[in-house]
Amino acid sequence: MIEVQNLSRRYGHQLAVDGVSFTCAPGTVTGFLGPNGAGKSTTLRMLCGLTPPSSGTATVGGVRFRDLPNPGYRVGVLLDASAQHAGRTGREVLALSARVLGVDARRVDALMELVGLPRSAARKRVRGYSLGMRQRLGIAHALLGDPPVLVLDEPANGLDPEGIRWMRDLLRERADRGGTVLLSSHLLHEVEAVADRLVMIVNGRVRAAGPKDELLAAADGVVVRSSDRVALEGALRGAGIAWTPSTDGALIARTEPAAVGLAAAGAGVALTELRAAGAGRLEELFLSLTREGAVPAGPGTVREEVAAR
Amino acid sequence: MSAVTVTSPAASEPVPRSAADRRPPLLRLTRVELRKAVDTRAGLWLLIVIGALGVVLVVVRLLAGPRSERTLPSIVETTQLPFGLLLPVLGILLITSEWSQRTALTTFALVPHRERVVTAKLLAMTVLAVLMTVASLLASFVGFAVGRTAGTTSGGWDLSAGSVAELLLGQVLNMLLGAGFGLLLLSSAAAIVLSFALPTAWSLVSSLVPALRDEARWLDTARTMSPLFDPTSPAMDGQAWARLAVSLLVWLVVPMAAGLFRLHRREVS
Repeated sequence: MIEVQNLSRRYGHQLAVDGVSFTCAPGTVTGFLGPNGAGKSTTLRMLCGLTPPSSGTATVGGVRFRDLPNPGYRVGVLLDASAQHAGRTGREVLALSARVLGVDARRVDALMELVGLPRSAARKRVRGYSLGMRQRLGIAHALLGDPPVLVLDEPANGLDPEGIRWMRDLLRERADRGGTVLLSSHLLHEVEAVADRLVMIVNGRVRAAGPKDELLAAADGVVVRSSDRVALEGALRGAGIAWTPSTDGALIARTEPAAVGLAAAGAGVALTELRAAGAGRLEELFLSLTREGAVPAGPGTVREEVAAR
Repeated sequence: MSAVTVTSPAASEPVPRSAADRRPPLLRLTRVELRKAVDTRAGLWLLIVIGALGVVLVVVRLLAGPRSERTLPSIVETTQLPFGLLLPVLGILLITSEWSQRTALTTFALVPHRERVVTAKLLAMTVLAVLMTVASLLASFVGFAVGRTAGTTSGGWDLSAGSVAELLLGQVLNMLLGAGFGLLLLSSAAAIVLSFALPTAWSLVSSLVPALRDEARWLDTARTMSPLFDPTSPAMDGQAWARLAVSLLVWLVVPMAAGLFRLHRREVS
C-alpha cells in the first residue's frame, strides 16, 4: 500500500510538485503519467526518502520510507537504471546490494536469469550495458528482497518490444499475487496495457486519477472525417451529436459510430474516415490533459477538446 | 504493513523475511563498503599503485643515500610518503564516487539512514588505512632484513611500538581528512584540489606572515601531524597532542560535521 498525501516540493520559486495525493492498493498496477518535467521523478524520489518533501507525507504500508528498517524487503526501487557504477560488473552490482540486505548470493544468480541477463552479461561491466540491459539489471535489483511493493521510474525505457512485453507480464503477475506496483512512464501504450489505475500529473499537480477504465470511458468517441468538413459539421449538428474538432481536421463525435454514419448518410455527406477513437485512447486523454489550460479532471469528466491522431 | 508475500517462482531462492524488520548491521555495511573499494578497476589499481610506490621507495631507500641514514626508522618514514599523499585521495573517492557514479541513489534507497552509510565508509577507511600501513611496515621490515644481511644498512631493529601506533593513527587520520573534504564537497575534483590546496596555502601564508606563525603551529596539519609519521623523532608530548587535536578539529571534525549535516537534508538524485 502506497499513500501519498499532499506532497509538495519547491525548488527556489518553482513548485515542482504541488499537493500531489494518490493511493496505490495491493493487487494493483498504478501508471504514473505525465509529460517531461511534470514532477513524476521528484514525486517518486520523495516517496523513496531521497528527496525531502517541502510539505506533505508519503508512506509505504503506513510507514515513511526513511523509517523502514530494511526497505529493500518492503519496497523495490528502480529510479534510474543508468545510476550504477560503470566499472562494476552487473553481477557485482546485485551482489553488493544482496550483501546489504543479507540475501543469499544464489538469489542474485536466479534473478539475473529471471530478468534475462545471461552469464556472459553478468560478468560484463555496466559500462558495456545497453539501456535495456541496465533496465533489466535495475528490475533484478528491485526484486532482490522480494518486496511486496515496487516503485519503478520509466522502467520500459530502452527495452525492446519483447522486453516491454516481458516486463508487463512480470509486473502484472506480481500485482495479481497481491503486490503493489507503481510505475511512471511516458510510453502511454505500455501503461495502458498493464495499469489498472492511472495517476496523471501536469505541472506538478494531479490532473486525473482513477481506474483506467473509467478514465478511458471519458476519452471515448468517434473519429469522423469528410472532405467536406462544413457539411459534416452541419450533419452532426442536425442530428444533435456533440463534437469537438481534432488537430488534424477530423471531428471527434461524442457518440457511437453507427449514429454518425446515419447522420452523414441522411445529410448526404461522404465520409472518408469513421472509427471509434479506441486505438491510442490514452494518448488522446494524455494529450488533452497535458495541454495548457486543460480542466483538472476526475474520473468521468467531460473534456473540452480531444486531440485525435 | 500488510502481510502480503509475493514470491517470484523463477527466483525461488528464498529471502530471509524476518530481516525486513532489522536494520542491516553496521559491520555488514562496513564489509560492503570495503568491497566497494576494491571491486572496480579504478579502486583496485589505486590501492595497488599506493602499495607499489611503498615497495619501490623501500628499495630506493636501501640503495640510495649515505649508509648511516639507511636505518629502519628512516626506511619506514620514507614508505609513509606515498600514503600521506594518496590515502586522503582514496578517502575522498570512497565518498564522492557515490555521487560521480550516481550510486548514491541505490545506496540510500537500501539504507535510508544516511549517517550509517557514512559511518560504515569511515570504518572501512580505517580498516584500509591500517591494512595498508601494516603492509608498508612489512615491506620495510623485509627490505631492512635483506639490506642488513647484505650489509647495506646501519642500525638495528629499533622501532618502538609507540611509533608504530603513532604511524597507524596518523595514516587513519590522513584518510579521514580526505573523507571530511569529500563529504563536505561531494565532488571528487573539488575535494582533491581543495584538500591539497587549502592546507598548503595556509602553510604558505602562515610562513610568510610572521603574526600567524604561532597560529600555524596549531592549525597546520602538515606540521601537527608530521611527528606521527616520523619514527626518528621523539614521542609526541602533551602540547604536540593538543596541537594535533586543534588542527584536526578545524580540518577534520568541522568539515565532516558540516558534510553530515548537509547530507542528511540533501536531495539525492
